Amino acid sequence: MSVDVDKPAQPPADAPPPQPEPIKAIPVRHYGRWVAAIVVVGLIALLFRAFASGNVNWGAIPQYMFNADILKGLRNTLLITVLSMIIGIVLGVILAVMRQSKNPVTSSVAWFYVWFFRGTPVYVQLFLWFNLGLVFQYIDIMPIYKDEWSDFMTPFLCALLGLGLNEAAYMAEICRAGLNAVDEGQTEAAHALGMSHARTLRRIIVPQAMRVIVPPTGNEVINMLKTSSLVIAVQYYDLLQAAQNVGRDSGVVVEMLILAAAWYLIATTVLSIGQYYLERYYARGSSRQLPPTPLQRAKARLTGGFHRAGGAA
Amino acid sequence: MTSKITTSTTAGTSGGPMVLAEGVHKSFGAAHILKGIDLEVAPREVFCLIGPSGSGKSTFLRCINHLEKVNAGRLSVDGELVGYREHNGKLYELRDREVAARRRDIGMVFQRFNLFPHMTAIENVMEAPIQVKGESKAAARERATKLLDRVGLADKAGNYPSQLSGGQQQRVAIARALAMEPKLMLFDEPTSALDPELVGDVLDVMKDLAADGMTMIVVTHEMGFAREVGDSLVFMDDGVVVESGHPREVLTNPQHDRTKSFLSKVL
Repeated sequence: MSVDVDKPAQPPADAPPPQPEPIKAIPVRHYGRWVAAIVVVGLIALLFRAFASGNVNWGAIPQYMFNADILKGLRNTLLITVLSMIIGIVLGVILAVMRQSKNPVTSSVAWFYVWFFRGTPVYVQLFLWFNLGLVFQYIDIMPIYKDEWSDFMTPFLCALLGLGLNEAAYMAEICRAGLNAVDEGQTEAAHALGMSHARTLRRIIVPQAMRVIVPPTGNEVINMLKTSSLVIAVQYYDLLQAAQNVGRDSGVVVEMLILAAAWYLIATTVLSIGQYYLERYYARGSSRQLPPTPLQRAKARLTGGFHRAGGAA
Repeated sequence: MTSKITTSTTAGTSGGPMVLAEGVHKSFGAAHILKGIDLEVAPREVFCLIGPSGSGKSTFLRCINHLEKVNAGRLSVDGELVGYREHNGKLYELRDREVAARRRDIGMVFQRFNLFPHMTAIENVMEAPIQVKGESKAAARERATKLLDRVGLADKAGNYPSQLSGGQQQRVAIARALAMEPKLMLFDEPTSALDPELVGDVLDVMKDLAADGMTMIVVTHEMGFAREVGDSLVFMDDGVVVESGHPREVLTNPQHDRTKSFLSKVL
């Protein structure tokens, strides 16, 4: 055997171990990628040209970007999105817990709620809230409040109830999936320590369920932002309503629709960034090392040179 | 172990046996798992349960702190019925809150550790004293630090379970159970999910605990531990107690054929 012949001489004991020589090889050339990139760029250029030369007054878009009416509509859209989601999440969590309750009455009520609100279009629900005055003429909460229904049920309240209560049905299902995803052993361990059912839920199960609940909830927020444009049905003044009004008054209808689309895109982008950090927060403890934030990744690339951004998994 | 803190292990207040089972039956649907278990665990005793998988030993352990409901028979811990209150010869089912209160005094260690993954090691240990006993955060932290030190993990206090080895996780789980100052500790195959080289650390902690006078019921496949530390040993098969006695006697001189054939496979 000639193995020993090839063995290099032992380095001195205190010297650092020799670095193995990295492999030098000619990487595979990906010609397909270049072709695809050229095709895509070409198509984009064609599309761009078509839009630029089309009968669209592009100058109107930056001109109306920060128009007071548009901004008021945007503010209302954000407001109704946030408030409806709050109603949806709070009620959704309650419904999910009710659904899992051992009490047959509570779990049936939760089931029925989800069945109804998930089973009818939100557009129809908005109309129903709007026309509920046909059923109730007055609202009379004896000592506190009494008014005619039509004065009480403003477009804002219609929109809030219509969107929020509908959302609660979806959030209930998302939360239920999250609660079910937590290992049974967690409940047992908490119970074995003498923790009550409610405390186990609050301290042990819900924090772990959040990891499953947050990503689809982020989707729901983004969805809600766009679905909120349906509140036109109840005459609530949202971004789309504002864009249409401004467009009609100033003769730039299509331009304002593009402007509305741009604002929706900006808002959803901001929300996506928020979602990323929220997911990262609830991932703690579940993976050995949190993924770096884009900011940390950029910093590492600038200072550390070629460190792998992902880190050891 | 870096230090030895003698936790005042209460030997039970009733003066009677710590655990008393009389004709305990348990079935899951059509599956009859426990078919009349009679046994007695004295205070300060290390009581080992062995047997093939599916023999009902884990189920019996889970019945003791009411994670499973027994279907028939009587099961009591330190003189109090598990899951019921007896009044004028009638049994009243306990409310969830009362069940939870009784579980405070019984620590349990699981095969799969079941540490809370969203909390660090020390937070795992502090959780129940703060949430259940209403202890102050500072007091809980101080005791948790001592307990982690006792199981040899003082330097891992800030680690999340996913950053610990299986043996370290199980030792944190033992510390977590001890934090409630239980009078009885239940171990459900505590070393079965561990790499062989990590088993020793966990068994050392358990030996230390036994030496301290803790009443322990241990479902195990570690015959060496049973022989060395156990005060009594029960061999279960198919939902019944086949043989019981002092571990050394049962392990070296089994009387029943079923025990003999089981031991010939595991020893």
